[in-house]
Amino acid sequence: MAVEGDRSSGTEVDESRRSRILGALAGADGRRGVAIALLSTIVFVVVVGVVIANSPGWPAVHKGFLSWHYFKASFPEIGRAFLLNCKIFAIAECIILPFALLIAVLRSLPGPVFFPLRALAIVYADFFRGVPTILVIAILALGVPGLGIAGLTNSVVVWGIVALVLIYSAYVSEVYRAGIESVHPSQEAAARSLGLTRGQTLRKVILPQAIRRVIPPLLNDFIGLQKDTALVGTVGAIEAFNQANIDADGSFNFTPYLVATVFFVAITIPLARLTDWLIARDRRRRQATGAFG
Amino acid sequence: MSALEIEGLRKSFGKNLVLDGIDLSIGEHEVTCLIGASGSGKSTLLRCINLLEPVDAGRITVDGDEITRRGVDVNRVRRRIGIVFQAFNLFPHMSVLENVTLAPRLALKQDRRSAEEHARTLLDRFGLSDKVDAYPDHLSGGQQQRVAIVRALAMQPRLMLLDEVTSALDPELVGEVLDVIGELAAGGMTMVIATHEMGFARDIATRVCFLDGGVILEQGPAAQIFGSPREPRTQQFLQRIIAAKRL
Repeated sequence: MAVEGDRSSGTEVDESRRSRILGALAGADGRRGVAIALLSTIVFVVVVGVVIANSPGWPAVHKGFLSWHYFKASFPEIGRAFLLNCKIFAIAECIILPFALLIAVLRSLPGPVFFPLRALAIVYADFFRGVPTILVIAILALGVPGLGIAGLTNSVVVWGIVALVLIYSAYVSEVYRAGIESVHPSQEAAARSLGLTRGQTLRKVILPQAIRRVIPPLLNDFIGLQKDTALVGTVGAIEAFNQANIDADGSFNFTPYLVATVFFVAITIPLARLTDWLIARDRRRRQATGAFG
Repeated sequence: MSALEIEGLRKSFGKNLVLDGIDLSIGEHEVTCLIGASGSGKSTLLRCINLLEPVDAGRITVDGDEITRRGVDVNRVRRRIGIVFQAFNLFPHMSVLENVTLAPRLALKQDRRSAEEHARTLLDRFGLSDKVDAYPDHLSGGQQQRVAIVRALAMQPRLMLLDEVTSALDPELVGEVLDVIGELAAGGMTMVIATHEMGFARDIATRVCFLDGGVILEQGPAAQIFGSPREPRTQQFLQRIIAAKRL
């Protein structure tokens, strides 16, 4: 008995030691991996840097795009102008999210009675996904004030926002629709069987599940919208791109464009990372629970 | 007055005739089991009674109130008729308590407190009091199906329809769900149960209906249907079940 007990405790010690060794190995492996990655990255950057710096056109590029003097000079003004991009983005998004949802819900209404509304939603989505954004902005921001109709604003920013709302609502409504259609019909059957009305079922059962599933693609459209606010500059609004235009025209140096780029990227890259993170989290959750939906 | 009266019910999906004239009269506190091969129309019949499927012809009357008439308020009808599905169909984005209280609050306009109180009592009664705040994904199939039954019961229905509620469960989880149904039957709940669990049907049913070819080919007390079925088709069906060791 005593011998057996000793033996079993002996195996235990062996096993725990082995796993500790394995764990230490794995740790060393991880550190070595990081070191290799770091070294290869440094080598890569140095090689690419040397090649670019020694290419024949580099001095011209450096002078035209990377002037520290013009960077400093245009940074504050473009920064202020970029606030307008953020404002356009924020206002447009706040209208797009509910408006696009309305379009998506109209499109999912069943029965012959609602055919006109369904058709309207389909025509709307098809049309505004088919027209270049810049064209809609030009028509509204230049065309409408040109008509001189009393009571309508002449602000290019306002009309620019309207154009972005029209275009992006079409895209976002399709995202919502995909989400609504991804909720299994049995969910609707369960809710209706309990005596909930169609509207209650939509509000409490279908949409909460649908929207949760489409948050990553929605964020993708957020990124697109943030970029496309620069298009409002083409009709005269002094936003970051247009301000960079003005600065570049005045100095014959293109560094201000780089400044505007920095501002846009500072917003859109974190948004893109957030989107990726949400998608990954969503995938992990689905795998963990298996039968979700 | 019978709790549920069905006359000449017909239903087809496209060219596929599923129910070809169903006549059935069920009294209060009766437990009726629908048996028959897959595709014999058991589920469709239950879905028609709950108005989840529009009927092509015939009448369905619940407590003397014809629910298949034109212009009937389907939401009010459904509040009196609970249905439990094979695949549970719990709302995955809501906790157990929210699943159970949603309909009483929205459809019966109960305030949150009394709805939750009632829900907790029911969940407690069916051994689910420690799952009140859990989400459906974290429950076993048997627990999910018990929650689904409680969700239907929270509406205080006059009639419960159970659509093969154990068919999606692992064998070891079937018992706990059948126990719940047995308790409901003992409590006097009027139920129509579509099932493949013949042993259970024999034990619990006050009446067994054998569906075949879209009609109720034979019906009677459980002892008679299982003991001495008259119709050759019923005998055939039951022999197959016995051969498969399901009875």
